[in-house]
Amino acid sequence: MTTPATFELTEVFAGPADAPILKGVSLSVPCDGILAVAGPSGSGKSTLLRLLNRLDDPLSGTIRWNGDDVATLPPQVLRRQVAMIFQKAPLFPGTVFDNFTVALPDVSRARAHHVLEHVGLDPTLVERDASKLSGGEAQRMCIARALLTEPAVLLADEPTAALDTASRRTIEDLGRSVADSGVPIVWITHDTDQLRRLADHAVVLVDGQVAAFGHVSELDQHESAHVRELVGAPS
Amino acid sequence: MNRADISLWGLGASSILILVAVCISLWRRLGLEKELLWAALRALVQLLLVGVALQLVVDDDDPLVFSLIWLLVMHVFAAYTTWRRAKDVPAVFPLSLAAYSASAVVTLGVLFGFQVYEVEGRTIVPLAGIVVGNSLSATVLVSRRLFDAAIERREEIEGRLALGLSARDAFAPILRESLRTALIPQIETTKAVGIIALPGAMVGLILAGTDPADAVRVQLSVMYLVLGSVATTTAVMSLGISRQLFTSAEQLRREP
Repeated sequence: MTTPATFELTEVFAGPADAPILKGVSLSVPCDGILAVAGPSGSGKSTLLRLLNRLDDPLSGTIRWNGDDVATLPPQVLRRQVAMIFQKAPLFPGTVFDNFTVALPDVSRARAHHVLEHVGLDPTLVERDASKLSGGEAQRMCIARALLTEPAVLLADEPTAALDTASRRTIEDLGRSVADSGVPIVWITHDTDQLRRLADHAVVLVDGQVAAFGHVSELDQHESAHVRELVGAPS
Repeated sequence: MNRADISLWGLGASSILILVAVCISLWRRLGLEKELLWAALRALVQLLLVGVALQLVVDDDDPLVFSLIWLLVMHVFAAYTTWRRAKDVPAVFPLSLAAYSASAVVTLGVLFGFQVYEVEGRTIVPLAGIVVGNSLSATVLVSRRLFDAAIERREEIEGRLALGLSARDAFAPILRESLRTALIPQIETTKAVGIIALPGAMVGLILAGTDPADAVRVQLSVMYLVLGSVATTTAVMSLGISRQLFTSAEQLRREP
């Protein structure tokens, strides 16, 4: 039996040494469903996510992935298991297929078609110049590209912040289907409606510290009005 | 009289052309008169000084160590100039010093190793000067482009890193673009030579009375030297800068 895919953060400080953004964060990321990361701007949400993909290292504290300290894992190995999508979908030059080959150099056309269908895109887009995709299509293509590495977890840094309502809903549905297929997602959001539509659990960061963590329904009853506001609890 | 002998009167007469440029500047109100005169004066003084200094290295009985000292000073000054033009690029001074030195070893190694030229002060200093002089702009250009790309294209680079690519692979497309940008002007110049312009070294030799066929052979070797040196310098520089931009954990530095 394999260990559940999960992160354990212990007393993590991160950001500039003279002004840390995360200040002693301890957290267990659930191994299923969608964990929303909520909090005001500058509270450390993106900083937290970048640590999980090891795009940055913490100043102190430990981050464990499946029980292993991430500092001891080869970054490339970790990143292929822990995929990440960004607010502004980073498109690489060339076609959609060219973008796929960056993630998986020997990807076949059949696999490319399949993964496009999986994210709700027309397989014929595989030969489209990636820069010609709409915002929603580009974000879905990036999710497809990330899924090609068959990650154990997906990190999403406000993936719908720059999209219109229709595209936002499509990406949310896709996120739900990915999570239901067994790939847990850590999803940063500013949008309380989205949090309530999407998240199973939520962690609320305030001023670089965990203000609350738990199932969304538990956080609705949280003693702090600020936390309840940040998770959009019904009044 | 040697055909290249120019009297002081001749030199003065040729400076009329500077006055022509100054007149054009005045006529079109370009405001470049002072710049033109200052540039012409600087060139005069610098070249006179270089002419005097070259006397220390070009004679057959001058010790080679003088040439090597000249080489060293030239490389340090080129690295300093690169640093001045690209101050915010990390470790630009040591990297460019290493790049110019590597280029000199490779290009002069080929020319002297295959005895294209004799190893003597008369050849070492001018050839090394051509290597450094022609590599300088391309080195500054490639340094600036790589550094700026690391800032402006951060999302693209981190997008590749997040997919599990190594720092080297994540940066490779940008590195390739920057090297192409630095090399293409030199390639175009090489392709156009003889059709659009007669190169300076060849013109100089012909004016000095050398047979044009001999002058062409010298010029060709110089052009190949320039291509090789620009390619070597920019390659070493770009690899060095790439290493500076990333941490050992394959992370793009926050403030490269």
